Amino acid sequence: MSDTTTNPARRRFLVDAARTASGVALLGLGVGLYSRQAASLPSQAIRPPGALAEDSFTGACIRCGLCVRDCPYDTLSLATLGDGVATGTPYFVARDVPCEMCEDIPCVKACPTGALDPALTDIDDARMGLAVLIDEENCLNFQGLRCDVCYRICPSINKAITLERQHNERSGKHAVFIPTVHSSDCTGCGKCEKACVLEEAAIKVLPMHLAKGELGGHYRWGWKEKQKAGGSLVAPDQQHQYNLPQGQRYDYEGDGLIFEQDGGAVPFDEDPLSTLNKGLEAQP
Amino acid sequence: MKRRQRPGAQAVAERGWLSAHKWLLARRFSQLAILALFLAGPWFGIWIVKGNLVSSVTLDVLPLTDPYVLLQSLLARHAPEAAAVTGALIVLAFYLLVSGRTYCAWVCPVNIVTDSAHWLRERLNITGASRLSRNTRYWLLGATLLLALITGTLAWELVNPVTMLQRGLIFGMGLGWTLVLAVFLLDLLVARRAWCGHLCPVGAFYSLLGTHGLVRVRADNRRQCDDCMDCFMVCPEQQVIRPALKGADKGIGPVITSPNCTNCGRCIDVCAKQVFTFGGRFNNRCTDSTQPGAPADARAPANHSPGMEVLR
Repeated sequence: MSDTTTNPARRRFLVDAARTASGVALLGLGVGLYSRQAASLPSQAIRPPGALAEDSFTGACIRCGLCVRDCPYDTLSLATLGDGVATGTPYFVARDVPCEMCEDIPCVKACPTGALDPALTDIDDARMGLAVLIDEENCLNFQGLRCDVCYRICPSINKAITLERQHNERSGKHAVFIPTVHSSDCTGCGKCEKACVLEEAAIKVLPMHLAKGELGGHYRWGWKEKQKAGGSLVAPDQQHQYNLPQGQRYDYEGDGLIFEQDGGAVPFDEDPLSTLNKGLEAQP
Repeated sequence: MKRRQRPGAQAVAERGWLSAHKWLLARRFSQLAILALFLAGPWFGIWIVKGNLVSSVTLDVLPLTDPYVLLQSLLARHAPEAAAVTGALIVLAFYLLVSGRTYCAWVCPVNIVTDSAHWLRERLNITGASRLSRNTRYWLLGATLLLALITGTLAWELVNPVTMLQRGLIFGMGLGWTLVLAVFLLDLLVARRAWCGHLCPVGAFYSLLGTHGLVRVRADNRRQCDDCMDCFMVCPEQQVIRPALKGADKGIGPVITSPNCTNCGRCIDVCAKQVFTFGGRFNNRCTDSTQPGAPADARAPANHSPGMEVLR
């Protein structure tokens, strides 16, 4: 009735509760939206070895800094407000201080929550990111110089980065040695980026999702499938036929052109006429 | 109107400055000593405690983890390793035993910020306040936990001024000082004890651990109370004092049982009559009740003393 609807105590309680709830909800909305924005890790910020995927990591890392403390090279630091990295989480910038890839991985051992996955026991299995030779125009090796610094400094030398020899088109007579990163061995430690002699590094460690493409799930490499199946999957292979002169054949297994050593070996008769008449003899 | 003395002035006059600031000094020592333990490593290479207040390792053996942050992580659907769980259980057990909000007064460095803001607020005589409910902190606590559940990240820890100050002092502040300044200004200008007493979800979480805590402030000498109001003036959670101090006639025991009492001990310091002491939770029987209708006391009845109205 009228006296219940205007009950001032009840009214005040309801208004107060609504005020508090909406204030808290607004704050929550703001923080929630900010958290989505903060989930995008800047590409120069690299997580320590063994870090879970970024969306799991920000839920697992409690921002204690024990990994920072146990890093013997002071590589890691905790993000502060304004860094663009989720506040309080550990990261490093390879160009400043790269990961030295300690064999005992003290940062992972220090992590109390498993945000740095304790299953990582061999530092070579770490995938902090992937080095990418990002600027072929300024990389000295691409110009034919033998800088090779990224190749030399790499802890997995000749595995994570190899030098691939190519013809030097500019000079026309030399070779260029192209530093080539292999994701099978690159841990993303960033020593190459740190060591690059350029003013701005030509080789950079990028987060995996930026550094690597991915095939569509349905895509198959034909030759791999063929090898797996032990033969063509579509139709029986037609062996290619070369029109070779008499006494020659082609070996498809790799020997190439073979001169058969049978009889005279010379495909032509002494008498040129008989060559011209060849094939006509059978006709009536 | 009589000009009000600064709270504690009489206690200082009667017992001396040191005795009237005993618990305050002890708390500041505790707060700073804990920070010093964390900073001795990075500053002087003396590694006693590593990490920060969210999670630490003491002398390479004792793990301690903030159960509130770990709870957020659990709600973000991460199963933590044993070290964090062990650390959180130790902290939980400690604060269940000692009373959760002891953390607020004796450990958390934000307390120094908000106490300073309060001191300045009193000095500048800033009164009047926006009406904030003391229950807002529980709403906020719920919201922070809900956020972790929804976003799958420790969303609140991105902006939590408490962990930000703790971590910032030990690992570097960045722009985190802006949030600490915001808390300071909030307490200075917006409302009395706005952050620690009304909003902080960390304190709200720890208060939930304090419902059965054993270490409590007791008003065993409450018959001595002369209604000088000094304890109310200094108390960061004023609502907790009244039942114990003035409840004799209602049959309420002398122990301050509210889980929101931070065990800061300022009431003990400033009371010239030495009404308060630290003590246990037990033996909370009301033995000093005056009979209703007993000969009129010189003092006003407990729940109608004029000072009380001011605090409404």
